[in-house]
Amino acid sequence: MAKLLTLPKKPAIEAVAIGCSAGGLEALRKILNALPATFPAAVIIVAHTAPDGENLLSSLLAKTCQLPVSEAYEREPVLPGQVYVAPPNYHLLIEPNRCFALSVDERVCFVRPAVDVLFYSAADVYRDRLLGVILTGANSDGAQGLKAIKAAGGITLVQDPGEAYADTMPKTAIATGAVDKVLSLAALAIEISEQ
Amino acid sequence: MDDTSIQAIEISLFLEALYQRHGYDFRNYAKASIKRRVLTLAAIHGQTVADLIPRILHDDGFVTEAIAQLSVPVSEMFRDPIVFKTLRETILPLLQTYPRINIWQAGCATGEEIYSLAIILEEEGLLERAQIYATDINDIALRKAEDGIFPVRYLPEYERNYKNAGGKTKLSDYYVANTEFMRLHERLRRKIVFAHHNLVSDGVFCEVQLILCRNVLIYFNNDLQKKVLELFHKSLVRHGFLCLGTRESKRAVEERQLFAAINRNCMIFQKKGGEL
Ligand SMILES: C[S@@+](CC[C@H](N)C(=O)[O-])C[C@H]1O[C@@H](n2cnc3c(N)ncnc32)[C@H](O)[C@@H]1O
Repeated sequence: MAKLLTLPKKPAIEAVAIGCSAGGLEALRKILNALPATFPAAVIIVAHTAPDGENLLSSLLAKTCQLPVSEAYEREPVLPGQVYVAPPNYHLLIEPNRCFALSVDERVCFVRPAVDVLFYSAADVYRDRLLGVILTGANSDGAQGLKAIKAAGGITLVQDPGEAYADTMPKTAIATGAVDKVLSLAALAIEISEQ
Repeated sequence: MDDTSIQAIEISLFLEALYQRHGYDFRNYAKASIKRRVLTLAAIHGQTVADLIPRILHDDGFVTEAIAQLSVPVSEMFRDPIVFKTLRETILPLLQTYPRINIWQAGCATGEEIYSLAIILEEEGLLERAQIYATDINDIALRKAEDGIFPVRYLPEYERNYKNAGGKTKLSDYYVANTEFMRLHERLRRKIVFAHHNLVSDGVFCEVQLILCRNVLIYFNNDLQKKVLELFHKSLVRHGFLCLGTRESKRAVEERQLFAAINRNCMIFQKKGGEL
């Protein structure tokens, strides 16, 4: 009966899903720069960007982050210790086999990629091994998705609206009542890197 | 068992019912995306996924609408202008030599994209010689495509894309518009045959020099994608061309030696000689 004596262990996080919009680049930089090269989970980012062209965001983030950063490629596996950015103008989803999938479904909350779409599918796959984060943004996208992450047993974090460049996204997320912690960027960075 | 797992069962039973009852096979579509679509269909009707099962079995009128919801009938004019520029500058010149040019767009949705190609063909002097087939499983979208009527809301973006695609005149030379809608000219419309064809269950549709199939295979799982790539291989003439969506999996197209890349950024491939 030794089993009963051990405390239930908190499951290790497999993936961190981050959503942001206006002001997102700076916020993402602060968080990603704080992640150690040994960070054990995958980091998957949806940022609302201009629909056309190259994935500028991933090359900008790659410059300062210690982890490898790339665009999320269709059908490729989600690997631990890597940072992925959704390509412009596609929704990004996670398949049950832990590979990326893209879609050109209609915009959600007026945007594509939408944070909600990533969060819903990631919640289904990673369940309680997912950490969802909402950062600055002038949009309501991500709030429903964050709720789904919480419902699936995941952890939900939101940037303090008081310090966010745009506070709508954090505020809408907080209003769902499904947020575990509201933190400054500095504290978020620590919280995530300690997973 | 938790709600998510139960819902997964409901979804697979619904797709099974749709298949056995009507022959439309969505069982091998990518899971995350088809789940979103099924949930949307259920939400529109204020029903659970399980409630959709008797509907799809007994309500004959429901299948058209279900297909319309499950497929993703969205299209744009000159999406990824660089692709259209490349088709114009490197592929169309190679098609010049054929007395008759057959083109197949698989999964045309509401048609914006195939009209874009027709415009480029006209500007390169090839439209008269071209026969374009555009197919889809969504009959509602096919009817819209045939009408060639689109909201003017996106025109500024389309104009910009057209210019970046190497447009030679003005996009307005190709349509008439009022304050709400634009309609593509008859001379473009009559060159395109819109038809129902299912990539999952139907065979070779015609023999063509160019297949355009952008952002359709992303909705299929690996096995189905493989099968459809074989269908495309069979449908192309010797050295024919295949153009897929810019963010689709290169690996899937190249790993089986059916196609050689002509331009990987634009996802343009050429049929390789050998047999399957
Ligand atoms: C996102 S749209 C792409 C439209 C167009 N190619 C474009 O990029 O503008 C995908 C289309 O594929 C069609 N489709 C899905 N499954 C199909 C199948 N099995 N056979 C033929 N078309 C299919 C859908 O009905 C939808 O219209």
